[in-house]
Amino acid sequence: MAGHGEVWVYAEEDWDELKEIGIELLSKGRELADGLNVQLCSILIGSKVKKHADILFEHGADKVYVCDKPSLEHYDTVKYAKVIEDLVEKYKPNIVLYGASTQGRDLAPRIASKLRVGLTADCTDLQIGDYKHTDGNQYKNILYQIRPAFGGNIIATIVSPKHRPQMATVREGVMPTPPRQDGRKGEVVIFDPALQNLQNVTQILKREKTEKRVNLKGAQIIVSGGYGVGSRDGFNIVRELAAVLGAEVGASRAAVDAGFIEKDHQVGQTGTTVRPKLYIACGISGSVQHRAGMDQSAKIVAINNDPNAPILSIAHYGIIGDLLEVIPKIIEDIKKRRVD
Amino acid sequence: MPEYKMVVLVKQVPDTKNITGEAMKADGTVNRAALPAVFNPEDLHALEMALQVREKYGGTVTVISMGPPSAVEVLKDALYRGADRVFLISDRAFAGSDTLATSFALKQAIQTKFPDVDIVFCGRQAIDGDTAQVGPQTAEKLDIAQVTYVESIEHLEKKKIKVRKLIDDGSEIMEAPLPVLLTVTDTANEPRPYMAKKLLKYRKAATDFGLHEQLPKYPKFKEPEALKKHLAGKGIFIEMWNAEDIGADPGQIGFAGSPTMVKKIESITLTGTGFKEIPPTDEGIKDFVAELIEDHVW
Repeated sequence: MAGHGEVWVYAEEDWDELKEIGIELLSKGRELADGLNVQLCSILIGSKVKKHADILFEHGADKVYVCDKPSLEHYDTVKYAKVIEDLVEKYKPNIVLYGASTQGRDLAPRIASKLRVGLTADCTDLQIGDYKHTDGNQYKNILYQIRPAFGGNIIATIVSPKHRPQMATVREGVMPTPPRQDGRKGEVVIFDPALQNLQNVTQILKREKTEKRVNLKGAQIIVSGGYGVGSRDGFNIVRELAAVLGAEVGASRAAVDAGFIEKDHQVGQTGTTVRPKLYIACGISGSVQHRAGMDQSAKIVAINNDPNAPILSIAHYGIIGDLLEVIPKIIEDIKKRRVD
Repeated sequence: MPEYKMVVLVKQVPDTKNITGEAMKADGTVNRAALPAVFNPEDLHALEMALQVREKYGGTVTVISMGPPSAVEVLKDALYRGADRVFLISDRAFAGSDTLATSFALKQAIQTKFPDVDIVFCGRQAIDGDTAQVGPQTAEKLDIAQVTYVESIEHLEKKKIKVRKLIDDGSEIMEAPLPVLLTVTDTANEPRPYMAKKLLKYRKAATDFGLHEQLPKYPKFKEPEALKKHLAGKGIFIEMWNAEDIGADPGQIGFAGSPTMVKKIESITLTGTGFKEIPPTDEGIKDFVAELIEDHVW
């Protein structure tokens, strides 16, 4: 039954580069496609984007649908939605996944509304399973769309058993990047829908790229400070530990809201989702919102003067003490080893 | 100067940002009763943007909320801040609506009551569901242009609008035709406070649902109908629409109109199996750092 009811992932492209999220989606996409015994396909839309197909094949795509036109150079909601709507109509996929990026969250709902299908936002996990509807009907091999809700306090499993395709946006950074298999090949399907006379099209007059000063997503080690750091100056000691470890500086929402540090350092539900090798939480109590953004870290260290701080429940190491005393000790010990 | 017709869509939400342990019931569901209901934060920025357009370019700001009778509170809040008119969409038939069914109802309301709208404003997303889907879906259903993550309006004229919007790694200046739906971020502006005069005028505003409760405060009136007339005369009766009023097909609202359904809800349980406690002493720290190095953490 391969070729029918495929699993599709939208491969977002911008500034002549594939976005990481489109690659990340291929790992979960592969798992779902294998479970359903169907092909995993990427959708690539833009101008001069065909060249990116190889990267998608090497990360697990069996097929790439390419819509490559000069008029698609810049993202436009209505134009891009039209391409995917027409693709869906023609090839009838079972599942379509998008990144929960600013673009994915602009595009996917427009398509879902047009196709009148379900859409679940910002999923952190996806699985295949059966569903028994309250009307007594059984549905086999349904996409479980799993996501936090109510500010991260609950995890909901959403299904859309009666409509196809089943669609979801997936949070960035939660799915691992699949390993690259050099030389892996696949099929390119060129798609060329009519895009003339579309209504409601927007025009980009100017684009500005802000260089990211903080790279939490790519960091191997993150030292984060919370409200317990106490002040803007208090963050100096957090920064110092980060510098010694070659780490990036993170923060909890409470620290950002208190004005101790800028928002681009924020880890958690409303900030960046991270999964570093080492996460050191300094003076962070560990609200569900914060934990949701860092609990996949390989090793978690919590430094907190409250022995009942929730962060300790997910920590591998806990140091109960005043961070202003503990952190200098760690810095000193590491420096000493370097000299030795 | 053209008079821009603006509609702001707002939602009353449980205050999930300040959730505490008590807000969760033992079975893992949310104890809504323990959570204060608030004006969805980003919707306040949407309202502010509309009010600023009114001041700069002229026009009217109509605020619509869909929700239970208690949602009248956010509509009163909108009046205190300067909205011209407010309406409540409320009907049990809407219960269970997912984002698609919600956007259908909102579309019906706008199309039936404000067919000549120029700009629809929404907050980027609501803090209870965090979906950010209702805005774009409403735009699609209205068959109008959309711009999400809007930070500012740069220019507005009769048939088009120029806005600045955020993208993942920067910003864009976009031009869109009118009518348009904009979703507004919390960095766009600073919502204005209540105006004392408006507060005095509207604090007694009520909708059909509230009339019975209000009656004892007005000894002059024996019947809700009479009180309604009185309030309407003073311009503080909030009109309410049900599904029929906005011509909403029952098959497209509530559970029937919602493709998605909740299979399961779990509360977040802490899965930690216990941590190793490191004493905050020189010796403790030394052993700890050694252990991390041994584990090749760095």
